[in-house]
Amino acid sequence: MTRDSYRLTTLLLPAGIFFAAFFLLPLAQLFHIGLTGKQGWGAYTAIVTDRNYFSSLVSTLGLAAATTAATLIISGIAGVFLQRNRFPGNGALVAMLTFPLAFPGVVIGFMVIMLAGRQGLIGDVSRWLTGDKIVFAYSMAGLFMGYVYFSIPRTILTVMAAAEKLDPKLEEAARSLGASTWRVVLDVIIPGLKPAFISAGAICFATAMGAFGTAFTLATRINVLPMVIYTEFTLEANIATAAALSFVLGAVTWVVLAVARTAAGSTVAAAG
Amino acid sequence: MKRGAAFYAQLAFTLLVCAFLIAPVILSILAGVTVNYQSGIQSGFTLRWVFAVWDGYRDTIFLSIGISLACLAGTLILGVPAAYALAKRQNAFSRALEELLVMPVAVPGLATALALIVTYGGAGGFRTSWSFILVGHILFTLPFMVRSVLAVLSAIDLKTLEEGAASLGASFWQRFFHIVLPNCRGGILAGSLMVVTLSMGEFNMTWLLHTPLTKTLPVGLADAYASLRLEIGSAYTLVFFLMIVPLLVALQWLGQARQAKFVAEDE
Repeated sequence: MTRDSYRLTTLLLPAGIFFAAFFLLPLAQLFHIGLTGKQGWGAYTAIVTDRNYFSSLVSTLGLAAATTAATLIISGIAGVFLQRNRFPGNGALVAMLTFPLAFPGVVIGFMVIMLAGRQGLIGDVSRWLTGDKIVFAYSMAGLFMGYVYFSIPRTILTVMAAAEKLDPKLEEAARSLGASTWRVVLDVIIPGLKPAFISAGAICFATAMGAFGTAFTLATRINVLPMVIYTEFTLEANIATAAALSFVLGAVTWVVLAVARTAAGSTVAAAG
Repeated sequence: MKRGAAFYAQLAFTLLVCAFLIAPVILSILAGVTVNYQSGIQSGFTLRWVFAVWDGYRDTIFLSIGISLACLAGTLILGVPAAYALAKRQNAFSRALEELLVMPVAVPGLATALALIVTYGGAGGFRTSWSFILVGHILFTLPFMVRSVLAVLSAIDLKTLEEGAASLGASFWQRFFHIVLPNCRGGILAGSLMVVTLSMGEFNMTWLLHTPLTKTLPVGLADAYASLRLEIGSAYTLVFFLMIVPLLVALQWLGQARQAKFVAEDE
């Protein structure tokens, strides 16, 4: 069997070499470049010591947290409902809710513009109703809407898969013991879906932390970390800072996913 | 069965979420074929914008198809053997490797792209060719291929199948090509669709990796959104939908077919 073991290693080798050459080595290089700026190690602490970077970090974290909370609530309600109730059109609704699954960030940004942009639907409806044209696509609110849009399809899929495995007998038991609908939701359904919520929530969070396409389409001045990194790199040509900030961003995102995976006790599916 | 108020409240909520997701898609499709979106669809329908996109951005479409197919070839060659090796060797090392392979998905594309640029940006011919983008795409999609194949391999009784073949004298490579590969067809197919779809839409990395001569479809989209009129951006999005929707439908269909098969086997 030792020869087979060699052969198995051979099978792993191409992926391993590719990965080492094009991911591990570049990341090490990125870390190194981050140190070559004027500030040295200061580039890595700048994210908390520099007031501008720190404020982008805080707003990025806030955006990610808000996106996660909103997506989990929306997808939790819709996902459990669609899993529990069979009615004509159920399949069509599921297909529609998961349709935007593979839209890239730029397209999501454009969808937000179609809804809340200068020629958007929300503006038209609000002008018709109140005479005021509501336009919020090119701001943090638009970005929030875009990330929720992006995260709903994959979260609904995760919630539905988890809801399928919930035992309806537990709910029946709770009801027969006199629990109200709210108590059943709080004490039976939500705890049962907790691992799914943690893993799906981690992906929402990571997406909102690191995604770039949506913000890029909406407005380059939105104060989130990926846009700051992009500006430092292209407009300021401040490569050391861009490298340090993106290394920190990568590390934070990766840690969030790793912690969630441990907490959920199952594998967190990767984000698109 | 009688349905209460709670049912209808939840149904209304779900329909609202549906409208939120689908309304902009419909609006953008309409805008792409409307003469003047500002004055509404009364201005009439036209294919003018779609032709304008074809004239201006044809190259990005072909480049994206090319890169996504090359990316598929790359993930098949690197990912399928790796998944098999990972499935066979369940130890701390293989688990760590599996964990590492998923990292390019967890780490923001922007960071990965910057890392590639600071490391290989000096390599002139490589930096300016489309293979630079391809490397990024393979990094990002490889985990999806490995995961998909690995899921199938851990669901079947690989050990018995292989022992049976080995007892009949099949060599390691005969077993790999005639037992293992045919058995993980489903996983390879699902992984392939995922890889092509993701590669086709990848923007986070590609925006930094591309050069003026290597623009992919999403890069062209960002370009069009930023600088051209809404109708052209919409028509371009329409073209993107036409390319990606068949892939998505195939993925959903495959998922349902597999679920149905598992259910049937359970009964």
